[in-house]
This record gives sequence, structure tokens and C-alpha cells, in this order.
Amino acid sequence: MERTNDGVARTRLAVRCLSEMSESPPKVTRQEVEDFLYAEAALLDAWRLEEWLDLLTEDARYLVPPTDTRDGDPVTSLFIVADDIVRIRSRVKQLLGKSAWAEKPRSRTRRLISNVRIVENNGDSVKAAANFAVYRMRYELIDTYVGCYEYELIVRSGKLKIRERKAILDLEALRPHGKISFIL
Amino acid sequence: MDGVSLHRLVIDDEARGLFRVNRRIFTEPEYLEIERRRIFETCWIYAAHESELPRPGDFVSRRVAGRPVIAIRGDDGAVRVLLNTCTHRGALVCREDRGNAKSFQCPYHAWTFSQRGELIGVPGEESYSPAFDRKELTLGQPARVDTYRGFIFINFNRDAGELTDYLAGAKEYLDLVCDQSETGMKVSQGLQAYSIRANWKLLVENSYDGYHAVSAHRRYMRFLEDTGIDIKGSMNPRQEVDLGTGAGKGSRALDLGNGHAVIEYESPWGRPIAYWAPSFGESAKGRIEAARRRLEERFGAERAWRISGTSRNLGIFPNLVVNDIMAVTIRTFFPLTPDYLEVNAWSLAPANEHPQDAALRHDNFLTFLGPGGFATPDDIEMLETCQRGFANHEVEWSDISRGMKSAHPLMSDELQMRAFWRRWNELMTGSHARGSQCAA
Ligand code: FES
Ligand SMILES: [Fe+2]
Repeated sequence: MERTNDGVARTRLAVRCLSEMSESPPKVTRQEVEDFLYAEAALLDAWRLEEWLDLLTEDARYLVPPTDTRDGDPVTSLFIVADDIVRIRSRVKQLLGKSAWAEKPRSRTRRLISNVRIVENNGDSVKAAANFAVYRMRYELIDTYVGCYEYELIVRSGKLKIRERKAILDLEALRPHGKISFIL
Repeated sequence: MDGVSLHRLVIDDEARGLFRVNRRIFTEPEYLEIERRRIFETCWIYAAHESELPRPGDFVSRRVAGRPVIAIRGDDGAVRVLLNTCTHRGALVCREDRGNAKSFQCPYHAWTFSQRGELIGVPGEESYSPAFDRKELTLGQPARVDTYRGFIFINFNRDAGELTDYLAGAKEYLDLVCDQSETGMKVSQGLQAYSIRANWKLLVENSYDGYHAVSAHRRYMRFLEDTGIDIKGSMNPRQEVDLGTGAGKGSRALDLGNGHAVIEYESPWGRPIAYWAPSFGESAKGRIEAARRRLEERFGAERAWRISGTSRNLGIFPNLVVNDIMAVTIRTFFPLTPDYLEVNAWSLAPANEHPQDAALRHDNFLTFLGPGGFATPDDIEMLETCQRGFANHEVEWSDISRGMKSAHPLMSDELQMRAFWRRWNELMTGSHARGSQCAA
């Protein structure tokens, strides 16, 4: 289902790219961003992490700021997660491997994404934001991660790609969650 | 007394080289009550770092050993710690995590307290009797406050010994951490505030457990290999470290007195302090080598090597961990219930660090450490599963005997944990566990 949506969005983007090539760059619509984020969430919840990697650019970053410095910069502040693409790929490899004990066996997750909005639209790149509630189920406990995503998306060959993905937690502390052992 | 048995909680059978800890002390609430009084109210407890209070009026407000306190630098430059509860009827007089304040006004009835805790404002004071004395209503303070190299400690016991005596051999290791910098050390912005569904003493053990690295952190070791580090043989060293020359791959574990302990070992990973690794990139090499030369000028080759090329996991009794590993982390924690603890963890870095070094430090920190790192989540998982396992109360004992007969205990032994447990047992029971015997 989610793949279909994703496929439709990509096709539409591609068509518009072709037809408007000579004119000003086509604007990505909120609908396209929404479809993209839903498709991404479905991949993550299904642990299809290799496919998820395909959504990222070669210079992608994945960030989770600390709960007390949500507007911080990873150079000056100690984040919870501040992965460059090398570490994102390593994280995926670990999570799909045999010894990421915190996720072995894997937890169940379910992401609810809403309030999607485009914050800045430059044609072939957009900054988008969305609210999230991510449930993680493990050992018959439920931990709920609540916050806001900030995305930097770019259009590559008619497809949206993630250049930066920041999950800003509204939680005041990772309590009682304790950890972010999956991709938030 | 206290309705629970304090008999044979720890078995310290030196003759046979066996050391056991009774698992009831991880699960029964009665022991936590006793710990609160006999450990957390008698020991020096880390509260904050001076670098968090750079200017007069700067404060941080947080729970320390379960109590809301305020650490504030006064206009006179002195650091004070105030108990964050209004002397009128109890409200928190400070409800911000940090900031700068000339005074604190309680929001409930607007009593106002100075930076020193003095009561300086009482609306409608004429309604009180002549016996009402502002001086008796100063904000509470811990019985003792003292600092060592920027680390602010508090003690709720008026009769406690001096902090420097208390720290004993741990001072040398705090020195090794702080000597990294000529400009002093500072806590970086960004608190990692998390929790573990396990007993707090399991985190003590885990924080300097060199035995678990190869298995529990297998994925981190793979990651290191992927970044071009040869870790073979370095994580389960068989020989004692030669800290003088750095020859070979070695380690040692030391009892530092008063329940403090450390493991010290040659770093398999790079360290932002003058110890380059391939993942830092060629561009960082020059800066890191210059830093190493500078350390050698200041301290001589041997100590410079120790500061830069070795890592150390230091446990300061009861609940402070200073791990000087891929970066420096200050970690402190406190139990809310026998099976739940709260952790606060910070990064400690040289003040005025070059931004490129700071970036490298944070990267290095995060690959291993913290609730989103490649290692800490697995530690948490291990501790939480231990706690679940303890429901099988027929399995009475945990074994902490590793390396007990060794003349040169290594990081992968358990001497450091025994140092903690012996002190814990003394404070809890008033007697030594030494010589107690395992049932044959
Ligand atoms: S409780 Fe603080 S003024 Fe009344
Ligand atoms: Fe660990």
C-alpha cells in the first residue's frame, strides 16, 4: 500500500519535472511530502532498513538533539544521535545484524505522523516539518516518543531524498524510555 | 533491625577466591531505604560542575540523590548549594533547570530568598508574631559542600570527613582527566537524561566492567573495525598494562579506597585528547600530534602517554562515574525504586576547545555513549534483563569472583566491583564481609 503511494508520488514528480524542465523549477507539494513521509514511516516500522537507506542522499544526516537543548547544534552541544551517512549505514547494518542486543529481538514500532507542513520551498529542495508519536513495544511495555520532525528534502532524478532528518523530542528526558535503540 | 536481614548480603571468601552478592539487594525496597540513609546521606555526592556556573548569579537546579537542589554562584563568586524547598510551606522556590538569578521568589506566597538562601522578603510580615524570625527560615543547605578540580560535591552528614580524604586514590584519576586541558575542563551543553529499568548498583558494576565489552558491545567493536581500527587482542588483554612505555596491549584494575575503583587500559579507540585514529581523518592528525607534543612538554613523555593514550573508567562511590574513554563522560544516577534509576550524563571537554576538536569529540562520544549510541542501549538492555531475571529468587547469588586470585587484576576482571561491594557492605551493615565463606 505504502509502496503504491510512494510510487504514485514519484511518477507524478517525474512527469512534472519533465514537462516543466525549461520553466522555473516545479514546487514540491505538501501532498508529495506527506506521501513520502508516510512511506518512510512504513519502511521503518517494517524494519525494511536497506530500502530506507535508499531514501537518503550521500551526505545525509540523522539527528536527535538532547532533550534540554532542542535548538542546539551538534558541534557545540552533545546530542543523543548525530549520525553522518557513514554512521547511519553502520547503524542500519548493526540493527539488521546479530548483536544489537537492545533490538534483538526487534521491538515493534508504530509511527503516527501528522501536521505535515512545508516550511521552506525552493523548488528542488524543501524544508518540511511534521509531528510524530512513535510507539515502541518491547517486553510488554510501551514507550511513546513524541516530538517533531524537521526534514531537509531534495529532488534527485524526480524523486524526493532526505538530506537531513532531525527528530526533536518533546520529552523532557528519555524517561522511562531509557534509550533510542531503533531509528526514531 | 529495619525488618530485613543484613546478614550475608556479600560473601567475600578470599581463601577460596569467591565473591558473591545476594540478589535480594537488587529487588527488595527495604534495602533501598537503608541505602538512602546509610549511603546517600553519608557519602559525598556529585551535584554539579563549576563550569556550569561561569558568572555570578548562574545557577542549575536539579535532583541530586533524589532531592531538588540549586547550585548557584553568588555575586561574591562562591558556589553554594541550596535545598530547593520553601521554608514557608514547601514549594520549589526555583523551577527552572538553569539560569541566572539575583534571588529566588517562591511563587506560592512570594517569600523571597537571596543567592545565599537568606529570607529577604515576606509579604504582610506584620501579621506574624514577634517570635517570627527570618534567620530561622533560611533555605536549607546540605551539611557540607566542597569541590575538587571543578567537581562540586555535597554531603548530608555534618560529621563526614573532608572531600579530599574521601576521594582517596580517585583524586589521581580525576587529575589525569583534568590535566588534559591547560584552560580547565567544562561541561558541554546538552544533557543526556535517561533512565534504566534496573537497580542502580547494576549500573555501577557495568560502568567499569571490562569483561562485557567483547560480547555485549560486539556491534561497536565491528563498527571500530569498519573504521579501520585493529581491535584484535586489545579488548580482552591478557597482560598487565605497561603504562610507562605503552608497549603491548594491556590493562589493570585498581581499588582506590573508600569504594572507588578504576580500570585503566591502552585505548583501542582514538581519543580527542592527543590520540589519533583513522576515523578522525588525516586533517585532524596535525592538531592531535601538536596536542600530544604539548602534553609531553607539560608532563613528560610518560604522563603524557598516560593522559592521552590510555583510557580509564573511574567509579567514585557511590554514584559518580567519570569515564575518560572515547570522550569524557560524567555520569551520575539515583534510584527511584529498586528496579528503576535515573541517569544524568554530560560530556566534559577542555574549555576553549577548537571547534573542530569539539565536533570530533562529540562524534566520538556518540558512537559509543549515550542512549542513542552504539553501545549504551545494549548496556541498558543487559541491566534490564538482569533485573527481570532476578524474579527467579531461588537463584540467590550473583558472582563477582573474576580475577580474585590474580596478582595483576586486569580490566576484564572484577576487582573494581569488589571494591565497590566491600564498601557498600561496610556502610550498610557496619561490618566487613571479608572472610565470609561460601557454602561449600
Ligand atoms: S510555600 Fe513558599 S511562600 Fe508559601
Ligand atoms: Fe558497556
